[in-house]
Amino acid sequence: MENLVEVKNLEKKYGSKEAVKGISFNIQKNEILGLLGPNGSGKTTTIGMMLGLLKPTNGEILIDGKKIEENRIETLKKINFISPYIELPKKLTVKQNLIVYCKLYNVSNIKNRIEYLVGKLRLEDLLNRITGELSSGQKNRVSLAKALINNPTVLFLDEPTASLDPEIGDFVRSFLENYKKDKKISILLASHNMSEVTRLCKTVLMMKDGIIIDKGCPNELIQKHGRDNLEEVFLKLSRSKYELS
Amino acid sequence: MNLVRIYGLFLRHFYLITRSFPRILDLIYWPSIQITLWGFISNFFSDHSTYYNNAVGVILTCAILYDFLFRTSIGFNMLFLEEIWSRNFTNLFIAPIKIGEIITSLIITALIRALIGLVPAILLTSPLFGISLLDLGLHLFFLFLSLYIFGITLGILVSAGLLRFGPSFENIAWSTMFLLAPFGCIYYPVEILPEFFQKIAYSLPLVYIFEEARSILIDQTVNYKNIIYAFYLNGIYLILAITLFYYSFGQARKRGTLINIGE
Repeated sequence: MENLVEVKNLEKKYGSKEAVKGISFNIQKNEILGLLGPNGSGKTTTIGMMLGLLKPTNGEILIDGKKIEENRIETLKKINFISPYIELPKKLTVKQNLIVYCKLYNVSNIKNRIEYLVGKLRLEDLLNRITGELSSGQKNRVSLAKALINNPTVLFLDEPTASLDPEIGDFVRSFLENYKKDKKISILLASHNMSEVTRLCKTVLMMKDGIIIDKGCPNELIQKHGRDNLEEVFLKLSRSKYELS
Repeated sequence: MNLVRIYGLFLRHFYLITRSFPRILDLIYWPSIQITLWGFISNFFSDHSTYYNNAVGVILTCAILYDFLFRTSIGFNMLFLEEIWSRNFTNLFIAPIKIGEIITSLIITALIRALIGLVPAILLTSPLFGISLLDLGLHLFFLFLSLYIFGITLGILVSAGLLRFGPSFENIAWSTMFLLAPFGCIYYPVEILPEFFQKIAYSLPLVYIFEEARSILIDQTVNYKNIIYAFYLNGIYLILAITLFYYSFGQARKRGTLINIGE
């Protein structure tokens, strides 16, 4: 299978503190890779480096065969990101925000792209509403539209369904599954929702203290650690010493 | 440079301004109040000061010029702070927009913001105080251009600080203009300052700009040396500011400020 993302010996130090300690992994085309780990395990730092927001201390990240450090702008055209911790300008309408990001990503047919995403994400009634006045479920769908505005080949999702009610959470998960199937994109999913990870991810990486302590498909990990579900595996690994696979 | 991306970032701020009547009012309100206030002070001094008595409106003209500088600089900072306040910072920096494009877009937007405030204020001066800025002639353009360049230079410097140090640098953003104002010799000749302060003043373009404005209005003489010095210093500071902005961006990527600032 073709690797769309290659992470090689990635390391990040803040002074003497090592946040990420030489990790390597790949994301294949049309794959959702789960990135799990307790708070402070290095997930956000890893994603930050993959988005070009952080400069790695060592190692390299290749997206579609190109090193992000040497081709930052070219690479950013192919990726996008959604996180509940970042927002779109609150005072702008949903439509205005989408237009602005279409321009920033140099989308060629803005009208068609917005219409497509509005239809897929059920945003018809929200288009002329002020973004800051939407509910968290509505904001989440708008952020998702922004994250797909450039038709990315790699999508980074940080807690994409955090604070959503079960119905909307399920809608977002189904949408992501279908979108990935349609567009054959690669997704890196960082989440604390273990049922979500079990449902969406083919492979899961478990991070702790800046290293990958285990990896595999969710069911394999459950069997390997003799637990009933991924949440129990997560708890076991979070509380124990490293169990390198 | 990609014009579509520059326009995209401009559009983000244009929508913000035009969506909100209080925002437009805020942009117009302060310059108009400022100019009216200085107009009355100017009238008083023209009647009671030997230095100003031959040139009604010197203070007012300088007040307008200073306000333009202030609005341009604060305007640039506001655009940058707006991204931090709205938690849109990360979205902006993961978009494929180059640093040069961000700076260009903010430079254009800051000019438009400053003009929205200043044009009504300038229009007020004629009926209220019988003063026209156009008395400065063609040189007015050079003075405004020089102030605009220095205003955005300060804006870029402060934004570089915000990039490097995060929102904790915000207070500096507000106070920069007030720190520099005494050395700018806006309302008084540079000779008033103590000798050491004069050296600082002469290292800034402001003193040349305001000395030139007074020279034209009071003595009716144009000193091109002042205009050239102002542009020369502006060029140096602008290059330094842009270099520092790029450096700060690199440092922010190294230290993780871009991630923390957006959350």
